[in-house]
Amino acid sequence: MTALVRLSGLQIAACKDGGVTSIVRDIDLCVEAGEVLALIGESGSGKTTIALALLGYARPGCRITGGEIEVAGHRIDRMDEAALRTLRGRVVAYVAQSAAAAFNPMLTIMRQVIEPALVHGLMDRAAAETKARGLFRALALPDPDTVGDRYPHQVSGGQLQRLMAAMALITDPALVIFDEPTTALDVTTQIEVLKAFKTVVRDLGTTAVYVSHDLAVVAQIADRICVLRGGTVQEQGKADQILHAPAHAYSRALVGAAAPRVPAEPIAMPPPAPGEAPLLELRDIVAGYGGLDANGRPKACILDKVSLTIRRGRTLGVIGESGSGKSTLARVVAGLHSAAQGYVNLNGVPLASRIADRSREDLRRVQLVFQNADTALNPAMRVGQTVGRPLTFFHGLRGRTRAAEVARLFDLVRLPAAIADRLPGELSGGQKQRVNLARALAARPDLLLCDEVTSALDPVVAEAVLDLLVDLRRELGVAYMFITHDIERVRAIADDVMVLYGGCQMELADARALGSGPHHPYSRLLMASVPHLKAGWLETTMDPFAPVPGQAGATADGCRFFSRCALAMPGTCDLVRPASLVADDRLIACHRELAEL
Amino acid sequence: MRRPRIALAVGATLVGAALLSALVGPLLAPHSIGAVVDLDVFSPSSAAFPLGTDYLGRDVLSRVLTATRYTVFISFVATMIAASVGIFFGLAAASGSWLDMVLSRLFDIVIAIPSLMFGLVVITSLGASIPVLIGTLAVVYTPGAFRTARALALNVAALDFITVARSRGEGLSYIVLREILPNLIGPLAADFGLRFVFVALLLSGLSFLGLGVQPPYADLGALVRENIAGLGFGAPAVLFPALALASLTVGLNLTIDTLTGGRKATR
Ligand code: SF4
Repeated sequence: MTALVRLSGLQIAACKDGGVTSIVRDIDLCVEAGEVLALIGESGSGKTTIALALLGYARPGCRITGGEIEVAGHRIDRMDEAALRTLRGRVVAYVAQSAAAAFNPMLTIMRQVIEPALVHGLMDRAAAETKARGLFRALALPDPDTVGDRYPHQVSGGQLQRLMAAMALITDPALVIFDEPTTALDVTTQIEVLKAFKTVVRDLGTTAVYVSHDLAVVAQIADRICVLRGGTVQEQGKADQILHAPAHAYSRALVGAAAPRVPAEPIAMPPPAPGEAPLLELRDIVAGYGGLDANGRPKACILDKVSLTIRRGRTLGVIGESGSGKSTLARVVAGLHSAAQGYVNLNGVPLASRIADRSREDLRRVQLVFQNADTALNPAMRVGQTVGRPLTFFHGLRGRTRAAEVARLFDLVRLPAAIADRLPGELSGGQKQRVNLARALAARPDLLLCDEVTSALDPVVAEAVLDLLVDLRRELGVAYMFITHDIERVRAIADDVMVLYGGCQMELADARALGSGPHHPYSRLLMASVPHLKAGWLETTMDPFAPVPGQAGATADGCRFFSRCALAMPGTCDLVRPASLVADDRLIACHRELAEL
Repeated sequence: MRRPRIALAVGATLVGAALLSALVGPLLAPHSIGAVVDLDVFSPSSAAFPLGTDYLGRDVLSRVLTATRYTVFISFVATMIAASVGIFFGLAAASGSWLDMVLSRLFDIVIAIPSLMFGLVVITSLGASIPVLIGTLAVVYTPGAFRTARALALNVAALDFITVARSRGEGLSYIVLREILPNLIGPLAADFGLRFVFVALLLSGLSFLGLGVQPPYADLGALVRENIAGLGFGAPAVLFPALALASLTVGLNLTIDTLTGGRKATR
């Protein structure tokens, strides 16, 4: 076998503030024809930088300073811009993370998909369109013959991602670079896209470099894996070997972080005193945007009759994909969004729907922690100040007592106290998220609303933050509403789990009951969609779309999940809102019998 | 990487020279500003008169040094007023919906009046005194400062840390002054510098039309105007004031560009 792609001694440097820092050092890689090599690592590991170097491209401010890059006999490092232009899209093609940003919304999909073939003069328009339709079919796109006539906003995100792969493959390139192509997608969509990619890559014998931070995804598609960290190769080898017998310590840490989390020990809580009101209780919350109609429902309804309770010191996991209304739920509880109907009780007392009407004591009890610590911390404020403010605001602490309390909080979230004088820009992602937590804890809340707090973090760091959350709960007895799209994560740290879809509650269950007994079809789909750290899992998992003919959409009153449900009963499910089936440890909103689920 | 540093050095030198002459220039001037010291007019540079003499035979060096003070002082005060008023209302507009409506429309009206025309009308009716000049320039440039501040504040107000502060129940003044404003300092400083340049140019334009600083005092624009007849002889009397004005604006622009550009790069 000959190597199709060869990198040797690759060096890439970034120029910053007059100095030159090396960001990628001494990379030696080979990819043989027909092979898929995965580059895996955290953010900042240089994985994307290396992949882009295969296109002869360095990001602004960066420069390829040494080494050889050879793709299909072309010496990329020796080419000038003009020569590279004839190569890109023809010999090496690129599939980016965000297809939505890669497509021009003003042109039809077909025009854009066949453009590389026309630009390089490889075939005429008719031939290219035929070929594109073939690729659409191979990528399992619905309506392969007509999807090309649509505009990018008329197809879903997962479909667009596959269409971008079609655009890359239309020229039969020697090498395709997939740069985190499924990272921005929901889990159920990710499976669908991954399956399509895998089929095409196998059927066309494509050589590919697959860049990802997610080991479980990579396990499904890669033949070989290269583990990167800080711009150097830590380990490379066959996928099986890296997954099952990683030699390098860092690879072991990555594999460890990707393995399913062991559920935390259930924390013994004193049983609630009889008659004690739950900490938080939501009843039939309806919320959305736009004016209210005659029935008092908002025009765009984001949450539809959602009810839940959280007892003191317990954790409720709220799971849903983008658009499920899970973030709006947190905003309603925090008073940032007024519900149109329903009520929120805190300790049995109704909570005003707007912040301005809430007492300071109520505000203190509920604190928000946001997903993205980059925007959740004021970049112009020292972090000690950020954490200290709630202390002054809620508890009137000042001066030395406040500084001591800030130091104690930093200690609580396992940060050195010296960090207080830094600005957020000088901290790492994990540190920022800890500061974010410390600020919320400074109020001494009873309930933390955690909105996707770990999803912007690298896996190893995310694990550490989760451990911290579990510890804090044990030490402080705070309750969490833990909002996430990741059912595995929630299962490990929550006591109860609520599954939202399209703003409706699909299932409310004990976290330990997940995976056994009857479940809502959507919960099942979610659980089946989380990639396992095992090659060949993709083939065995259930198909996220078992399309039922003629099952278009439900009426506004029907089950929200109707159009994607494999068990749907047309005539009932699409017309009538399902009632909740009650089992001892779960509530399922479905028309089917418990025994059928 | 070396280019920004050179630009910064050049810009800072030019701005520094302008500021220096504004502060101590009149003390350094070899002759009094109104004194006719040469029998000849529009004479070229010589040892006695390094920048030549003007249309009345006055020393151009002395006049440029004094005029710079007027240009810099008037522009600075006017810009200061425009920026403070603009930022104050900009922040106010960014935090309230009906207030935003009212303020935005109000400033739209001001912006719709051509600035030179506005200056001409106000100054001809109120007379060309320095307070009137400052007031006119400030009014003309307040809407721009308002819009910039409002747009910047709205961007910051949409970020999560503002939401966190709001959900904590913080008052409006804390949010605006402590959370939003510190994040606007960089861009607002750049805007201030840019606006200063506009003000200086409009002031010079007004002076060139005879509506600015009145004789015997003069700003740079007035110097260009009174010596315009010397253009035919290539007299330094008309070239140097123009050069001084150009170096002030170019210097300031270079400085702003490098400072804000550097801020972006380190982020
Ligand atoms: S109600 Fe019908 S459509 Fe909805 S989940 Fe149950 S079976 Fe599926």
